[in-house]
Amino acid sequence: MDTTQITDAPPPTPQPTVAEQKRAARGATRPGDRIFLGLSRGSGILLLVIMAAIAGFLTYRASIAISKDDANFFTTFEWNTQLIPPKFGIAVLVFGTIVSSIIAMAIAVPIAVAIALFLTHYAPRRLSGPIAYVIDLLAAVPSIVYGLWGALILVPHMNGLYGWLDDYLGWTGIFTWQGGAPRSMLTVGILLAIMILPIITNVSREVFRQAPQMIEEAALALGATRWEVIRMAVIPFGRSGVISASMLGLGRALGETMAVATVLSPTFDIQASLLDPGGGTFAQNIASKFGEASETGRDALIASGLVLFVITLLVNGAARMIIARRKEYSGANA
Amino acid sequence: MSTAITEKRPSTLRGASLPKWSPYAIAAGSVALGLGISAAAGLDSSIQWVLIAGLLFVLGTYAIAARVEGRRQAKDRVATALVWVAFLLAVVPLVSLVWSTVSRGVKVLDIYFLTHSMGLVADSEPGGGIYHAIIGSLEQVGLATLIAAPIGVLTAIYLVEYGRGKLAKAVTFFVDVMTGIPSIVAGLFILSIMLMFDMQPFGFAGSLALAILMMPVVVRSTEEMLKLVPNELREASLALGIPKWRTILKVVIPTSLGGITTGIMLAIARIAGETAPVLLLVWGNSLINSNPFEGAQQSLPLYIYQQYANSAGSGAAYDRAWAASLTLIAFVMILNLVARGIARWKAPKTGR
Repeated sequence: MDTTQITDAPPPTPQPTVAEQKRAARGATRPGDRIFLGLSRGSGILLLVIMAAIAGFLTYRASIAISKDDANFFTTFEWNTQLIPPKFGIAVLVFGTIVSSIIAMAIAVPIAVAIALFLTHYAPRRLSGPIAYVIDLLAAVPSIVYGLWGALILVPHMNGLYGWLDDYLGWTGIFTWQGGAPRSMLTVGILLAIMILPIITNVSREVFRQAPQMIEEAALALGATRWEVIRMAVIPFGRSGVISASMLGLGRALGETMAVATVLSPTFDIQASLLDPGGGTFAQNIASKFGEASETGRDALIASGLVLFVITLLVNGAARMIIARRKEYSGANA
Repeated sequence: MSTAITEKRPSTLRGASLPKWSPYAIAAGSVALGLGISAAAGLDSSIQWVLIAGLLFVLGTYAIAARVEGRRQAKDRVATALVWVAFLLAVVPLVSLVWSTVSRGVKVLDIYFLTHSMGLVADSEPGGGIYHAIIGSLEQVGLATLIAAPIGVLTAIYLVEYGRGKLAKAVTFFVDVMTGIPSIVAGLFILSIMLMFDMQPFGFAGSLALAILMMPVVVRSTEEMLKLVPNELREASLALGIPKWRTILKVVIPTSLGGITTGIMLAIARIAGETAPVLLLVWGNSLINSNPFEGAQQSLPLYIYQQYANSAGSGAAYDRAWAASLTLIAFVMILNLVARGIARWKAPKTGR
């Protein structure tokens, strides 16, 4: 710090640029304002930086893992990170994640839509308020508690149902059961369905509640039954909302870790039967393999996490786009 | 059930209709039949007879209503029946979840359980407690809140008070996307940083991951609350010559403080139950470690998972897992209820 620097420091006062003139016209900027704007804009930017950092760091570690991988990362059916050279691939995880999510969606979406309709159009008004409140609370139950309940209560109760499915639907191939503990994809799917039910119900209920009352009343006045009103006035209005609600639920089912890790007894292969234990999902695989993973093993898990990240990003992004587009058209949320 | 058909009410204006009590009669009949069939066929699972009864209810409703009232009414009644069945089907597991947690949780939940750690207690033995897990949870969640709440609130202020143009749109979109990040991915992100610097697991790493999960929730709820503040208040303050930042701090935020607090508490309730990032980053510890910046810690959700996973089927460990679940649920529910209480209490009064 010698004196020459200080004398150099103040540059000749510049002429106000166009941008500065604009800013002056908009109003005097006080230092407090500038600091506050800087802080709040800074935290907005920080969020973007975090998102970028998540993508960046995961990609970096994943690239390390994939460069060591001796097998094709996307089509390999094994996960041996201890081998030299290591061999691992996500084919089983992709399959398991998709299958469990499809089961969950197939069960949860119709039931959630029915409950949303129940709350908005069927339940006695005095009942619907408290029920909606309880559903809100249930959305807050931690996933590990669902996992514990699933593993210790739901699994033993599934035996009867499994025997039944095997007896009557075993010929389809996907419902054959060899009598193992019912810690399989079907149980996982059912548990995931129970877990995502509250969120899908909540969003759908909001949408159905906004359905234009005038049209409903007009339909009723023309002699339509309640079901016809719902089919003709409520569901068309709420369809895009239900789709986006389902995708939010799907996003949650895809990334659910602990409930799957406690219920499923994982194996690293693909089988046609939904009732025999086995398979795995991205998040479950990370949680169960992490404990004994070496450094390469961890990088491999991070690589699989990156794939999960991209999938959930796409699903959630699509859901949000649908919601945003609906807002523009409906004008209900002006 | 046959009585439902015989009692027709003659009316000139409306077609024949079933009496008001008919849905209940059909429901009772199908439950009895479902139980009967299950007993006859020797089915022991409660899931089975519930499913049979539900199916019988829907089919019976359609058959009876179609005969008496006609097809359109029958469809309407089936829709009603389906909606009710769906609702009851959903209620059963949720009630079972709450019931089993409470009934099994109270077995070992006492003052001893809350004030002792698992030091010197093997996972398969009875005894021990969750004191270390409570300390770990409080510290990790507290630190996460200290990071996420200011950033979240400031971001929301930016979006509502300043945000125009591309940056605000990008932030809004990515906040939405960020809400959907699986918790394990947030854990992996911090893990990849830790791997780079060769760090051992410690509590604060978990806090960072939890903060990432918490930020978008805080932004969303705060944004909604700030939007509720009437513009007239801002304009009145600005017209008095008060700088914008003081307007925000002294007028906008106090008006919406109740809502913002509610949002933050709900976000805390959400991250308090997260297990996956804690599993990766904090590792778990059976001893008390009250320093979140060094060494492995425990946390309540992780404790539940480890008691379940490492117990090798021991009843004592399951009991502890249930008791810890009950503690965790109680904590989350109390936060929720208090938050909603604040929201109602501090809700902007309409009119004077």
